[in-house]
Amino acid sequence: MPTATIPALPLLEDYPEGSVLPVEGADQPTWIVRREVLSRLALELRDNPETQFDLMLDLCGVDYPDRDERFEAVYHLYSLPRGERLRLKVPLTEADPVLPSLIDVWSACDWFEREAWDMFGIRFEGHPNLRRLLTHEAFQGHPLRKDYDPARRWILTEDKIYRPDPQPPGGDTDDDIFERMTINIGPSHPAMHGTFRVVACLDGEIIVASEVEIGYLHRCFEKMSETHTWQQVIPYTDRLNYCSSFINNVAYCRGVEQLLGIEPPPKAVWARTILSEFSRIMDHCVCNGTTLVDTGALTNFWYMFQPREEIYGLLEACCGARLTVSACRIGGLLQELPPDFEARCRNLLETIPAFISDVDKLITKNRIWLDRSVGVAAISGEEAVNRGWTGPCLRAAGVAYDVRKAHPYDLYDTVDFEVPVFQGGDVNDRFRVRMAEIEQSLSIIRQLLDRGMPEGGFIVDDPHVALPPKEDAYTQMEAMIYHFKLIMDGIQVPPGELYSMVEGANGELGFYIISDGSGKPYRIKVRPPCFPLMATFSRLMNGGTLSDAIATLGGLNVIAGELER
Amino acid sequence: MAHPSTPQPYKYTLAERLYLPLLSGMWVTLRHFIGNVFGRRKSYTIQYPEERRGYSPRFRGHHILTSRPDGSLRCVACFLCATACPAECIHIEAGEHPDVNIEKYPVVYDIDMLRCVFCGYCVDACPEEAIIMSNNYDMAFFDRASSIVTKDELQKPFTYDPAQLGYRPRYPEEDAQRAQAREQVRAGTLDLVAEARRRHGEAQDTSAASAS
Ligand code: SF4
Ligand code: SF4
Repeated sequence: MPTATIPALPLLEDYPEGSVLPVEGADQPTWIVRREVLSRLALELRDNPETQFDLMLDLCGVDYPDRDERFEAVYHLYSLPRGERLRLKVPLTEADPVLPSLIDVWSACDWFEREAWDMFGIRFEGHPNLRRLLTHEAFQGHPLRKDYDPARRWILTEDKIYRPDPQPPGGDTDDDIFERMTINIGPSHPAMHGTFRVVACLDGEIIVASEVEIGYLHRCFEKMSETHTWQQVIPYTDRLNYCSSFINNVAYCRGVEQLLGIEPPPKAVWARTILSEFSRIMDHCVCNGTTLVDTGALTNFWYMFQPREEIYGLLEACCGARLTVSACRIGGLLQELPPDFEARCRNLLETIPAFISDVDKLITKNRIWLDRSVGVAAISGEEAVNRGWTGPCLRAAGVAYDVRKAHPYDLYDTVDFEVPVFQGGDVNDRFRVRMAEIEQSLSIIRQLLDRGMPEGGFIVDDPHVALPPKEDAYTQMEAMIYHFKLIMDGIQVPPGELYSMVEGANGELGFYIISDGSGKPYRIKVRPPCFPLMATFSRLMNGGTLSDAIATLGGLNVIAGELER
Repeated sequence: MAHPSTPQPYKYTLAERLYLPLLSGMWVTLRHFIGNVFGRRKSYTIQYPEERRGYSPRFRGHHILTSRPDGSLRCVACFLCATACPAECIHIEAGEHPDVNIEKYPVVYDIDMLRCVFCGYCVDACPEEAIIMSNNYDMAFFDRASSIVTKDELQKPFTYDPAQLGYRPRYPEEDAQRAQAREQVRAGTLDLVAEARRRHGEAQDTSAASAS
């Protein structure tokens, strides 16, 4: 496990003794913070030119029932100008699990705090709307607490349903009051890309206030993974962002591999990089294709879905499934690559650009599209960062943050590629960023293929991690014992914790993994890249027309599987 | 590094103002239209169920319980597959086997296909190669009860026809192909890039032929 050095920051001297304690030997700089100083520290961390932690990546709770201070709220911060990470842990007692809300420091905290309240019952004082986020109104208890029985069911009855009624600030004084209309879109609506619900208050065609409800696809991935072995979590990660499930596999497996201190063999890393890039292309195709459908440009949808079809074919040849691939294993890949892997990849490299250029010719300079997208749902880079955005949507707003460049993993430091950045922060630029990234991904794949497939195995040769080859398991006693042991007890991951991140198709996809050495994950928290995007959706919609809202949602590429876990 | 505080939207060029690029877009759709009508383009739409997609020999479809030469199940009811299954959808009840050399056999072996996530972990776990997968994905049920597939139904589709097998521990034919390709590349008689082009050309030719 990589250990990080603790930055000796001058600002710590001003705090009372013991209120901020650096932790030794963590994977990234970690401070244990008393809640009394949290607000002040947060503000200072954001504004001090020595620190500049402007991006709040993730906030989650952890439950340690055996400790005096049972709960821990964990903040993951990132400093874009300095490229540094920081983890803040705030211990809380069961009797008084209250924290100051940090919404004023990082607006990204809004939904993250609601989630922590929902899942752990940590209250955030000063939060304007601390309602449950992922579970429903009739739900009782906090499901991610260790003493919550996973089999417990709660039924939402008609009388308890929350009925959003967004009203514009300023109330009913406006003359137009009689023309206002509140409409409900979703949760099952073709424009909602999954299962979201939006209640919008319209003044004519303009949305003046809106409220977003999520949680319809919440299946508590994080709780389920606590009752499964490390290997068994992989099929669950497929179902996070199901448009690019391979990247989720990689992100999770990398995290566990780092905890175990093992390196997958070069061939596995090579194939992971190539297939991740193909998955990214696929994800961008789906996003751009559906955005265009939502704005009425159906043809592009067919053009964009053809490369996706081909990539599905490649993934299926590698692992046997198209959508939910489960193609990675901890320590490598599920199987040897198919014999025609390189030929198929080359083939794809030749076919995909034609489709992309068709869409490019149809759309990029098309004034009908431009009129629908330029300046729509625009957000400044500053605000996007404050709201916790990452990925293509952030890069469309002029901030060039890409995990592949800033913290290269796998083979990304050995290939040449650019991070496309646009300045508009609107629907059009989100579209253009994705188109440009498809080009970059193709170029990455080409470079890797030119290098040739590395020799060697597809998974680590370590019987404590990877199943022995079937031939051996059938014939040799020792391999047989390892095989049994690995299936019955799972991989034994040493105690520790770690935040591992990759650049998902939507932004920084992080896995905060805690192991207590028991053979099952103690806690897995996914940092879903589209969560902060969706949290901003209401703000982006307000002031625009209803049709703009639909185009906006398409461009944000929010995937319910990942958003609600 | 200060982040941009105001978005700067895209500026239209004169040609864009005049809607001129629409012409090239129209040419794109026209080209596709002509191509489709005269069948020169590979069509990605499959006329299912008359036409079926070809899957790789690794496809994770309906399970198969394999048999011994005498027709009995290879499964020894060791429960490894049920343990490995993340969806907890395999239900086994073990019984004593009349043959003393084989300790146990499954009296009941059910898989709930509605719970199954087709991850293939059961295949990975089995020490007897008693469970493998086929490339059959036609699974539709009229009620929940019939989604629970029993051991007889799981044994039934078993054939030794590799064309119908899916995810399994060994692929002799793939290994042979791989060895052959490696030999050829080493000997300089196979150029992977040219091979990819050739295959792609073939794919287009066959689809053109089948369309016309
Ligand atoms: S494929 Fe996966 S989910 Fe289905 S029975 Fe096998 S192990 Fe269980
Ligand atoms: S199918 Fe294989 S793993 Fe499952 S009980 Fe039978 S022998 Fe064991």
